[in-house]
Amino acid sequence: MIYEVFRQERKGQPFQHAGSVEAADDHFADVYAREQYGRRGESSGLWIVPRSAVTEIHDFVDELNRNYHRVDGYPLKEKLKEARERAGTAAPRDR
Amino acid sequence: MTQPTASSPSREQEFLEYVQSGGQVEATDELPDDYRAKLIKFIEMHGNSELMGVLPEREWILRAPTLQRKLALTAKVQDEVGHSQLIYRVVEDLGKPREQCLDDLISGKSKFHNVFHYPTKTWGDVGVIAWLVDAAAIISQKALLKCSYAPYARIMKKICWEESFHILHGRDVILTLINGTDDQRELVQDAVNRWWGPLMQFHGNPIAKEEDPMYIWRIKSQGNEEARQQFLDGYVPQIWELGLTVPDPKLRKSDDGAWEYSEPDWDELKSVVTGHGPKSQDRLDLRRAARENSAWVRQVVLPQAA
Repeated sequence: MIYEVFRQERKGQPFQHAGSVEAADDHFADVYAREQYGRRGESSGLWIVPRSAVTEIHDFVDELNRNYHRVDGYPLKEKLKEARERAGTAAPRDR
Repeated sequence: MTQPTASSPSREQEFLEYVQSGGQVEATDELPDDYRAKLIKFIEMHGNSELMGVLPEREWILRAPTLQRKLALTAKVQDEVGHSQLIYRVVEDLGKPREQCLDDLISGKSKFHNVFHYPTKTWGDVGVIAWLVDAAAIISQKALLKCSYAPYARIMKKICWEESFHILHGRDVILTLINGTDDQRELVQDAVNRWWGPLMQFHGNPIAKEEDPMYIWRIKSQGNEEARQQFLDGYVPQIWELGLTVPDPKLRKSDDGAWEYSEPDWDELKSVVTGHGPKSQDRLDLRRAARENSAWVRQVVLPQAA
């Protein structure tokens, strides 16, 4: 069985994917993951997850074009430029 | 595991442009067949080399001069075997099972690095291996940190980190010998003389990187000659500063900064990596015996996985 291993370098930091180990069962996975990712004290914690338990998502379709969720939904630069022009406060290089 | 944006590479040309512009892919992405085949061959040879590379050092565990050295060497051997486990995992996710990798290694169908086909005659060899052979290897491995195949690049971070300990260990062994008796210095010089040829062959023939499929697919990020120059630049001065010599009368740094050297023996490289090195068959025999002797362990443990 394949187990994905996530490791935390220091307390408070995110667990990040480190690699995987192949093991006969959870007990062996525990031993192998400790040896591979913890024996030098390089981790403060490990998460060991059977690969089959991981659900992957790759498609993020935005059918309704909800751009208010994204940075490109707010074209502030253009609008600010126009507002400055109307107020007569545009920087000399913009005039 | 993220998908490489909307321009997910489906066709080979598109894929090539993607990786050549620095893009990385995951195991679950669609990969061109040629790319997958090249990856498997390259990464499998790396895994084989980590596994076979412990054999020359293993011979010295019982003969290490102090308990501290024995423990350090044992730890290095454990590291290298651990690397081969990590690397075979990557190969496995690309579609070739570890068992098949081990079978192909033992039967001589797949290869391992030239430097592991030679004998370790003295403790000086153990020092030179950990210092210079590992230095040459770390240069190749650092060129894999940006590998277009992301799972390989990720494990390389851990591997490079551990290799840096081995170089420390090697330098410490060498410096201790160099500060010792005349005989001990001689041991180091003899070992450097023996290993220089294989070290110069290590990074491969000077094929232009634009013609090297491993570079074209961005599996590695530098050409062979670039790696060799980097090795010479980093380590020849270190060899010289210890009062040691390099057994190549043509070796010199030219005015434009590039190292000149005698042409490495490419015929020897070819013959050695195809299983005709001085220790090739002994080492494979040992690996074969180890596999047979440990078969019962797999038979006990693996049925539980079913």
